Amino acid sequence: MGSVSLYRAETRRLLKRRFTKLFTIGALLILAAVAAGVFFTNHKVGTDQIAEAKGKAHAEYLRSVASTEQVRKDCEAARGTSRAGEFPPNCELAAPAESDFDPEWYLPATFDFKKGFPDMVTTMAAVLALVGFVIGASFVGAEWNSGGMMNLLLWRPRRLQVLGTKLSAFLVAMTGLTVLVAAIWTAVFYGIASLRGVTTGLTSGTWQSLGLMELRALVLVLVAGALGFGLASLGRHTAMALGVAIGVIVIFQFGVGTVLAIAHVKFPELYLAPFWVIAWMAKKYVAEDYNSCNFDVGGGCQPDTLTITWQMAGSALAIILVLVVGAAMWTMRKRDIT
Amino acid sequence: MEAVLEIAGLQKTYRSRKGVRRALDGFDMVVEAGQVHGFLGPNGSGKTTTLRTLLGLIRPNGGRMAILGREVPEHLPAVAGQVGAIVESPQFFGNFTAWDTLSLLADAGGVRRQRVEAVLELVGLRDRGKDRVRTYSLGMKQRLAVASALLKEPKLLILDEPANGLDPGGIREMRTLMRTLSESGMTVLLSSHILGEIQLICDSVTIIAAGKRVATGSVADVLASHASSSVRVRLEPGIDLLGAAEILRAKGAQVDLGTDFFTVGNANNPAQITRILAESQIYVSELTPASADLESVFLELTGTAPVDGQNRQVDQVAAAGWGQ
Repeated sequence: MGSVSLYRAETRRLLKRRFTKLFTIGALLILAAVAAGVFFTNHKVGTDQIAEAKGKAHAEYLRSVASTEQVRKDCEAARGTSRAGEFPPNCELAAPAESDFDPEWYLPATFDFKKGFPDMVTTMAAVLALVGFVIGASFVGAEWNSGGMMNLLLWRPRRLQVLGTKLSAFLVAMTGLTVLVAAIWTAVFYGIASLRGVTTGLTSGTWQSLGLMELRALVLVLVAGALGFGLASLGRHTAMALGVAIGVIVIFQFGVGTVLAIAHVKFPELYLAPFWVIAWMAKKYVAEDYNSCNFDVGGGCQPDTLTITWQMAGSALAIILVLVVGAAMWTMRKRDIT
Repeated sequence: MEAVLEIAGLQKTYRSRKGVRRALDGFDMVVEAGQVHGFLGPNGSGKTTTLRTLLGLIRPNGGRMAILGREVPEHLPAVAGQVGAIVESPQFFGNFTAWDTLSLLADAGGVRRQRVEAVLELVGLRDRGKDRVRTYSLGMKQRLAVASALLKEPKLLILDEPANGLDPGGIREMRTLMRTLSESGMTVLLSSHILGEIQLICDSVTIIAAGKRVATGSVADVLASHASSSVRVRLEPGIDLLGAAEILRAKGAQVDLGTDFFTVGNANNPAQITRILAESQIYVSELTPASADLESVFLELTGTAPVDGQNRQVDQVAAAGWGQ
């Protein structure tokens, strides 16, 4: 009963906070803008669009033939003059073939749900993870900063239970938000594909794969939220989490990225967080070292590769999560509240 | 009488690069049921550290504490529902209304929501309860803090500087509230710097200085036991009052100059005054015990009386007692 009432109070507190509302609305507006952008830049391809594309391809072919013919004439005229060197010997110019002009190139952009939606899931995950990080940090950081945490502990002198319940209430709320947004996101893009693209090739396996990807998006959002919460709790201020985030981006991503590039480290992506996130969302990320050369059967040069799998990325996320949240819980238990 | 709060030998040490600081050095305190107990001490003496330690916010290095007969911090979760507290000036989310703030605390503590209206009425915020806290004055925030402490109908109410920011009317209302609560059987532990208020409303007091208890008992007892230590001195007409005061100060006396007299605050042995002055051919015409008030007792016990020409630093405590 006691824990339930605390959980309810924390959920109410989270949902009542203006910061939570503003940031959530902001994120939803960003996602709406992305969806609107995809809607307006894609078009349905029907017989009219195909006929128009074929017409454009044919016209382009004819322009190319005429242009080639003009060059041949110029070449013939330039024979024996100082400009002869500007043209091929004997004016041998290959005439363009109509097959060189694929009508598909002239089709308007169209949204293929099967191919395009995974990228949209990653976009959604990134936006919601950012929202989760900031709201999570603010939810506990503002409490520490304002003395609200101390007030709460005067009512509930069980530190770990209070922090744990607060974190649980936040993560459950973020789960609700992410599931709801993911469902709407899927419906919206299926609608966009129906109106401005194609929805072909969607087997049960495709849906399962998309479902699992959205599940990984949910995990990413929750981990980001818990990290923001944990860091702000460690520093007892929202700014601690935001400072660490900015520090990680500036020092470790840009700084380390530059140093690794200068030092010609073989796979710099291995040290950069965004590639681990991509690996987590897309199931793998293949880093390539273009300085190496492995001859293939055709005599071509293939670079060395290193694959970051989703299992590796998941393990890294779990380790960081355990370290940060564990440290937050430990300090909550041990440090005086002054 | 039954003790609602007992502290014995409480120790708290802070370690930093600057060294070790003993915030509490074997502090003792007993508060009996149904009393309004004043908790006094200069800045940095350990008052807030004591309250925070008692409420489980700070881990002590030693000593024993009990609330309502239960050892704390071990059994604090069991007694927390019967202890209402504000420690220093609590701050609240500016965008929440007073009603939101209190109802969230009520939810967290499993207190029925009807109590919110009742405590808002009690502290005089009924008509402003739906306003955002950011629109409140300091005094109104203080009332809200007291309301939050009263929300769970505590048996023991701990208030750290509850009159901070209150206007004179508010201070009087707070005094009446403390009395009413005490008469209803609630025990109130009141930390304050407004010594006149403490003297008016408290049944008993504990005075702390440099982390140690320097006095405790009923207000009357504390005043009586220190009444003789302060004496008023008049000299023969025409004698340089300032010069005489300087002679006594040079010997360690705490001297406050009046218009045609001066008061020696730490004169445990008044004969010393006559002897020292007589050595300088200055003769006393009147030497009477000054009637002590809580402020003078406090200043004497804590060694924090201002000295002309000196800027006392926090943590700086003069040696109490002189002329013994």
